[in-house]
Amino acid sequence: MLKDEHRDHLLGMVLKTGRGYRLASGLLLAIAAWAVFAWTYQLRHGLAVTGLHDRIPWGIYIVAFVFFIGISHAGTLVSAILRLSGAEWRRPITRMAEVITAVALMMGAVMPLVDLGRPERILSVFTLGRLESPILWDLISIGTYLTGSLIYLYLPLIPDLAMLRDRLSDRVSPLQRWLYRTLALGWQDTPRQRQRLERVLGIMAILIIPIAVSVHTVVSWIFAMTVRPGWHSTVFGPYFVIGAIFSGIAGIITAMYVFRRIYRLEAFITRQHFVKLAYLMLTLNLAYIYFTFAEYLTIGYGFAPKEHLLLALLFTGPYAGAFWAFVVAGLVVPALVVALPWTRTIGGITIASVLVNVGMWLKRFVIVVPSQAAPQMPYEIVFYQPTWVEWSIMAGAVAGFMLLYITFARYFPIISIWEVAEAPTAAGVASSVIATPASASAIAAGVADD
Amino acid sequence: MKVVGLGGRLRRTHDLNLEGGSHVAVSRRQFLRRLSRLAVAASVPAGLVQLGRSRRAARAAPAAAGQGRQWAMVIDLRKCEGCVTIDEPPQCTVACGETHHLRPQQPWLPVYEVATERGSYYQPTPCMQCENAPCVKVCPVGATYHDPTGVVLIDNQVCIGCRMCMAACPYGARTFNWTDPPETPGVTAEQYTPESSVPQRRGTVSKCMFCAHQAVAGRLPACAQGCPMDAIYFGDLVQDVATNGKELVRLSEFLGENHAYQLKPEYGTRPRVHYIAGHGEVFGRSLR
Repeated sequence: MLKDEHRDHLLGMVLKTGRGYRLASGLLLAIAAWAVFAWTYQLRHGLAVTGLHDRIPWGIYIVAFVFFIGISHAGTLVSAILRLSGAEWRRPITRMAEVITAVALMMGAVMPLVDLGRPERILSVFTLGRLESPILWDLISIGTYLTGSLIYLYLPLIPDLAMLRDRLSDRVSPLQRWLYRTLALGWQDTPRQRQRLERVLGIMAILIIPIAVSVHTVVSWIFAMTVRPGWHSTVFGPYFVIGAIFSGIAGIITAMYVFRRIYRLEAFITRQHFVKLAYLMLTLNLAYIYFTFAEYLTIGYGFAPKEHLLLALLFTGPYAGAFWAFVVAGLVVPALVVALPWTRTIGGITIASVLVNVGMWLKRFVIVVPSQAAPQMPYEIVFYQPTWVEWSIMAGAVAGFMLLYITFARYFPIISIWEVAEAPTAAGVASSVIATPASASAIAAGVADD
Repeated sequence: MKVVGLGGRLRRTHDLNLEGGSHVAVSRRQFLRRLSRLAVAASVPAGLVQLGRSRRAARAAPAAAGQGRQWAMVIDLRKCEGCVTIDEPPQCTVACGETHHLRPQQPWLPVYEVATERGSYYQPTPCMQCENAPCVKVCPVGATYHDPTGVVLIDNQVCIGCRMCMAACPYGARTFNWTDPPETPGVTAEQYTPESSVPQRRGTVSKCMFCAHQAVAGRLPACAQGCPMDAIYFGDLVQDVATNGKELVRLSEFLGENHAYQLKPEYGTRPRVHYIAGHGEVFGRSLR
């Protein structure tokens, strides 16, 4: 069982509203509001306010779409794969990962809507939808994934909601009290309820994995089903899935660092968590380097002029800056930081994760844009420069993502209390907070780890 | 109506009855009469294949004008000089733009100057009206589709503006209304049909549609009318006939004898636009 002081510490997370929280949410809200203004400006004046044109009809809205859907693979990995493989150390970070999934999917789903020329007609994809179109595949797959991950986020939240209902009812606002009571669904923590919950979670963990794989596969097929050089690639499905998990892990590590600092979670999230996730990230990093190498070697080995032109655009042309920044800062440096023992600290791993997320955004940019810039017909090579409207909406999407995330953490425990409490003593990292005779020294060891 | 001067002869780019000028012109009525005459002469076995196709297409849509036709275009590059010799912008592009009220920077029929190892040539490039159209395949809402004559149309009252069709088109044939479309004097939004494509609508895709509204009335597309060199032939695969407004040709023979080619045939899109190589260039293979 969890020691009382630790349980109270975790429960107390939903009571704190410090100045920092208000400041951060105010700032994020301002950025998001600015983005909403930019969007209304775009709705008034049409997509002409973007840097897009007939030759490059897809820009950073689509980049952001792929980026957020990629990040959303965080939850699946940690919660489902680690759950199925019995990795007990996952317990303190499952909730964080599951929230990333839900929130990133919501932001990702908004981006194509922003990109539409006639957003008011969006519902016709339901009434007139054609299954032959890859866009329908995305709609179905992402819709299923969003539904599934919301369920997968909510189910393990129920015992914690009951705990909040029972222990904090006199210390929270009436609205929060009502929220916890309603959402807890009358959970009484009986063995039968427990057994059912565990069973459903086991089923969900299995179901969510193929759905997650399908999501980033069909996202890649939006591109791969065309005949453009650089897009028309059979490797795109797995390439995108690996990239998604890669960026998802980087997302969790970054979130872990932030919440650990804000909520003083050093006793629960130790250097071990960072190192283990960093090893996973390194594995995916190396796999992504492999895929990237295989992809560009295959394109470049032949003699097809259009494919060579694409490579020239990427390697030495106008997109070389973004491409090499991705390779160096997004792949090589993070791999080295994690691989070398003396940089494998919590700080080093976090920096590597931020680099990975920035690098993967750049990678999505060099996937989406240069393949369109390579001329289809004998016209001049054209360029694309995003405008302030696009950058504003991009910034607003990131701010909205963070805002939703910290708002969730404000009202719900960002660590799954009951799952941490249930961790077997032998689970290693969680042992520091379990009430055993050795716990005092274990806590000291855990804190001293960073 | 724009009148373009051309070496002493006057040529109306807009008029449908091409009777101005000193050359022999074919009126709309004559065009139709010759079409039907040739239809009788057309060989039966060759026509059967095409008829099968058109019948299948016709089932898909209610009885529409132009039923039983399968439009095709031949662009004779031997005659095309990109209008540089008359020191004008390409007249096919101009005629198309005027007919459909296009922005000059977003033509439906751009004329590309294609560099080769022996110089360059000009290539007017409309929508290919592919029989296996990648754009039709990827459209999430069926806003772009084949009409019974095989022309790829866009219904801008349905298009959601996702631009997946633009990403999928290997010919760069599609344009997008990034802002409000230009004024269309005399045409109101109520008169819009996918066949006319006018007026266009902000946030939707548009492109060449072989002047489908004119073809059903037996009139040549604006580009064919506008071409001062009579380089653009328009015709019907079923009746196996095509005309540039001046001469009438048996389509299959014309294509075969002149070794006509299509753009990017390797994609299997089966374009309805054919080109005849000219100016001594070598097409589709390296000179080395």
